[in-house]
Amino acid sequence: MTKRVLIVDDEPNIVISLEFLLKREGFAVSVARDGEEALAAIRAQVPDLVILDVMMPKLDGFSVLSAVRADPAVAAVPVLMLTAKGREAEQKKGLGLGANAYLPKPFSTHELVAKAKALLSGSA
Amino acid sequence: MITGPLIVGVACAYLGLLFALAYWADRRADQGRSVIGHPTIYALSLAVYCTAWTFYGSVGRATATGLGFLTIYLGPTLAALLWASLLVKIVRISKSQRITSIADFIASRYGMSQLLGGLVTVIAVVGVIPYISLQLKAIAWSFTILLHYPEVRMPRVLDPAFWQDTAFVVALLLAAFTMVFGTRHLDASERHEGMVAAIAFESIVKLCAFLAVGLWVTFSLLGPGGALTGDGLASAADNPHLAMLLSPRISAPGDWFAISLLAGLAVMLLPRQFQVAVVENSDQRQIRRAIWLFPFYLLLINLFVIPIAVAGLLAFPQGSVDPDTFVLTLPMAYEQPWLALVVFIGGLSAATGMVIVETIALSTMVSNDLVLPLLLRRWQSQATGADLGRLLLRIRRLAIVAILLLGYLYYRLAGEAYALVAIGLISFAAVAQFAPAVVAALYWRGGTREGALAGLSAGFLVWLYTLLLPSFAKSGWLPAAFLDPGPFGIDLLKPQALFGLSGWNEITHCLFWSLTTNVLAFLAVSSLRAPDATEAAQASAYVDAFKHGRPAGLPIWRGSAEIAELMALAERFLGTERTRRAFADFALSRGVAAPGDLPPDAQTVRFAETLLSGAIGGASARVMVASVTEEETLGIDEVLNILDEASQIRAYSRELEQKSRALEAATSELRAANLRLQELDRLKDDFMSSVTHELRTPLASIRAFSEILHDDPDIELGERKRFLGILVSETERLSRLVNQVLDLAKIESGHADWLVEPVDLREVIAQSAATTGRLIEGRGAELVVHTDHCDGEPLVLADRDRLIQVLVNLLSNAAKFTPAGSGQVEIRLTRWDGALRVCVADNGPGIPEGELELIFEKFRQASAGGDKPVGTGLGLPISRQIVEHFGGRIWAEGGAEKGATLCFELPALAAGPGRPRSQAAAQPPTPPSQPAGETRP
Repeated sequence: MTKRVLIVDDEPNIVISLEFLLKREGFAVSVARDGEEALAAIRAQVPDLVILDVMMPKLDGFSVLSAVRADPAVAAVPVLMLTAKGREAEQKKGLGLGANAYLPKPFSTHELVAKAKALLSGSA
Repeated sequence: MITGPLIVGVACAYLGLLFALAYWADRRADQGRSVIGHPTIYALSLAVYCTAWTFYGSVGRATATGLGFLTIYLGPTLAALLWASLLVKIVRISKSQRITSIADFIASRYGMSQLLGGLVTVIAVVGVIPYISLQLKAIAWSFTILLHYPEVRMPRVLDPAFWQDTAFVVALLLAAFTMVFGTRHLDASERHEGMVAAIAFESIVKLCAFLAVGLWVTFSLLGPGGALTGDGLASAADNPHLAMLLSPRISAPGDWFAISLLAGLAVMLLPRQFQVAVVENSDQRQIRRAIWLFPFYLLLINLFVIPIAVAGLLAFPQGSVDPDTFVLTLPMAYEQPWLALVVFIGGLSAATGMVIVETIALSTMVSNDLVLPLLLRRWQSQATGADLGRLLLRIRRLAIVAILLLGYLYYRLAGEAYALVAIGLISFAAVAQFAPAVVAALYWRGGTREGALAGLSAGFLVWLYTLLLPSFAKSGWLPAAFLDPGPFGIDLLKPQALFGLSGWNEITHCLFWSLTTNVLAFLAVSSLRAPDATEAAQASAYVDAFKHGRPAGLPIWRGSAEIAELMALAERFLGTERTRRAFADFALSRGVAAPGDLPPDAQTVRFAETLLSGAIGGASARVMVASVTEEETLGIDEVLNILDEASQIRAYSRELEQKSRALEAATSELRAANLRLQELDRLKDDFMSSVTHELRTPLASIRAFSEILHDDPDIELGERKRFLGILVSETERLSRLVNQVLDLAKIESGHADWLVEPVDLREVIAQSAATTGRLIEGRGAELVVHTDHCDGEPLVLADRDRLIQVLVNLLSNAAKFTPAGSGQVEIRLTRWDGALRVCVADNGPGIPEGELELIFEKFRQASAGGDKPVGTGLGLPISRQIVEHFGGRIWAEGGAEKGATLCFELPALAAGPGRPRSQAAAQPPTPPSQPAGETRP
C-alpha cells in the first residue's frame, strides 16, 4: 500500500520541492497550506507521515502538533518538523511536544528523504 | 589594743585577700573552668544591693522610723517575684544584643541613639554620686571611730585639707583598686569573673559580720544576764524611739508604698545592680535560685536590726552617739575589740563592694555612651591608626578616678547635712527615672527616641529640682530661701511642695512628680510620630524576646563590606588574637573554611556589630561598622516592603488608597502604553528571529532545488525549467530581502546617505508609475494619476530616489492587493495646509481598522484573502522611515472591504527664486524643514 504523506507548509516553493522529492520515492502526497487545513486533513484521513512547518498563518505548527498528540484518534501519526525556526530552544520544544524528528531549514534533501523513509518504514 | 596601723593592716589584708580571690577566679575563667557559674554565687552577687547603708544605716533608720527601715528591703523582695519573667526577659535581650550597661539597654531599644545613651549615663552618674559619697563617708567614719578605741567618740566635723582627709585617701585607694579589678581588658561583655567572685565573697563577709554582732547583742547584751537587761524596760517609757521600736507598727502607708516601689525599681535599675544581675549573668537559669535566695539574704541581714537598735538606744544616752554607728560602737563600748574589728571589716566589705561595681558600671557607660560618641563625631570615623582599645581603657580609668573624686567632693560639700539613709533614697529616685523607658522597652512597641529623651529629661529635671537642689540648700550651698518660700518667692514652685502638694515626705513628693512628668512626657512625645525602621526592629527584638532565640531576622541592609576591613576595625578594639578567634568561630558556624571566605553580607556585618558592641556599646558599634561598610542609609520605603509592622503599613496604605483613587485613570493609560512598549521590545527580538526566518526560507528552496537538479539528471525538461525558474526567483527574493534589511538597518542606525534637494513630486509620481507600470498591467489593473488639483510646483526637500522607492512600494502593494482583472489603482497629489500629500488608493479588500497601524511594523503583512502575501514585509517600515526622515508622515486609511488608501505627506518647499510664482504664493509659505540631521518625529 502506498504511504501517504501530508505536507504542511505555506511556502509554495517548498511545497513543490517536497512534493517532487516524495513523489520520486513513490509516496502519495497531499498538501495543506495552513494549520487549520492541516488538522482537518489529518482528521479526515490519517496520513502515514506529516511533514510540518511551524510558521504558518491561522494556526502554527506547534499548535497543530499539540492538537494532534492530544487527539487519541490521530495521536500516533509520525510528525517530522521542518522549519526555519532552528534554534535549540525551538527544537527542544518541538521534540518535547511530540515531534518524531526536527529538521531545520535549509535542509539537505538526502537527509529529509532518509528521515522520511525511516519514519514511514517504522509504521509499516 | 586597736591602733591605726592595725586597722589599716587588717583592711589591707582583707583587700589583698579580695584581690587574690578575684585574680584566681579570673585565671580559672581563662582556663575555662568558671567558678561563678554556681547559682548561689549569682544570688550572692546580687546582694551588692546591701551597702554600707544597709550595714550601718538600717539601724539608724530603725531608731528614727521604727519598722520603716524595712521598706528598702520590702521593695526588692516583691520585685524578686517578678524576676521569673521580667529579669529573664531583660537578660535574654541583653545577651542577644550584647548589652553592656543600662544606658546601652535603653539606647539600643530606642533607635540605637547615642544621645539617649549619653543622657542615661549623665543621669546615672549624677544620681549615683551621692550614693558613692555615702560609702566613702561610712568607711572614713568607721575608721575614725574605731581609731578612738576604747573611747566612743563621734568624729568631729573638722575641715581638714583634703589630702589629710581619710575619706580622700579612701577614695584614691578605691579608685586604684577598681581600676585593677575592672579595666584590664576591653571586651566588656566578657564578664568580670574576678569581680563577681570577690563581690559574692564580700556579701558573705558582711552578712557574717552583721550576724555576728547581732547575735552578740541579742544573746549577750539583751539576753538573760546581759548588761542591758536590767534598766532596759524601765527607760522604755521615757524614750519615744525605744517605745516605737518595742511596739512596732506601720505608719504612713503612703510613704511605705512609695519607698518600697522606689527600692523595687532601684534593685534593677541601679547601674551596679544591672551590671551584676544582667551583664554578669552567665546562665538564665541562675535567676530561678536568686528569686528566693536574694530575699532570704535580705531577711537574714535585717534580722538583728531591731535588737541592735534597741540595745543602742539603751546603751547610749540620747544624742551622744549617732544611731548609724551603733553596729560599731556597741562592741566598742562593751569591750569587744575583735568584734568591732570584724564589724569594721564587714562595713568595709559592704562599701567597697558597692563602689567597685558601681564605678565599673558607670565608667563603662561613660566611655561607651558619653565619650566615645563625642570622639567619633570629632574624628568623623576616619582611621586614626590609634589603638582604640587602649584609648578606651584609658578613658575608663580616667572615668573611675573622676567619679570617685566627685563622690568625695559631694561628701565634703553636702554629706554632713543628711543621715546616711536620705542620701541613698535620693539616688534611688534618680535611677527610678529609667523605669518608664525600661518598662516600655519591654512591653510596648510604640516608644520613640524622642519620647524616651523627653521622659528622661523631664523626670531628671523634676528630680533635680525637688530632691538634689534641696539637698544642697539644706547643706547651706544654696540659700535656704530656695526651699521656703520657694524660688522668686513663688509658693507654688516650692521645691518640696510643688503646686501645693505639701505635707508629703520629700521622697514621696519627688517620686510622684518626677514619675508623673516622666511618663506623661514619654507618652506624649512618643505619640508624635510612629517608630522608624530601627526603632521598630529593635522593638520587635525586645518585646518578642521570648519568641525567637536569635535577633529578629536579618537586618535589611545595603552596602558593601570588606571582610578585611571589618576584621581590622574589630582588631583595633579587641586585639588581634581575640578578633581572629571570634571571626574564625563565626566562619565555622556559617560553614565557611576561613574568615576571609565569609560573604560580605548583612549577617556578617551584624556579627561584627554585635562583637564590637560588647566592647563599645551598641550605638557606637553601629556607627563604626557603618563607616567601614559604606552603608547606604535605608530608605523607609524599602524597609517597609519587608518589615511587617501593621501600624506603618496601615498608615502607608491609607495614603496609597487616596493616591490610587486619583491615579486610576492615569494608570490604566500607562498600563496600556507599557504593554505597547513591551510589545515593541518583543518585536525587536522578533525582528531578528523574523529576519533569520525570512532569510532561511528562500535559502531552503534554493538548496532543495539545487540538490534536486544536481542529483537527478533525468528530470524532464519542463520540470527542469520550472525548477530553475524557482531557483532564480528565490534568489531574487533573497537578495531583495537582504537589501531591504540592510537598507532598514542603515536608515535606522543613521548611516544612510541622503541626497537632499528640491524634488518635484509630479516627477516622482511619473517615474514610479513607469517603474511599476508593467506590474500593474500584469495584474490587469488600471492606473489613474491625478496631479492637476495641485497648484504651483509641488516641491519638497528630499531625496528623489528614496521618494521613488516609497511610491514604488506603495504602488506595488496596491497592485498586489487589487482584485485580478478589475483592479483600479489611483494616485492623487494634493496640497494640504502647507504640505504636499500623495495618496495611493486601490480597490482591493482593504485593511481592517485595527491593522491600519500594524502594517507599518516589520514583517507584518496584512492578510489578503488568505494567500501568503508575496513580499518581504519590510517595504512599509522602510517607507515610513524615509518619509519621517524628511519631516513627513505616512499612514493608511480605509477599512475592510473599502479598499486601501495609503498616504504620505511632506512639508512643501516654497518656490525658489527664478521659478515662476503661481497661485501658490497665495498660500502662506511654510518654513522649509531641514531634513539633514533632523531627528525623526
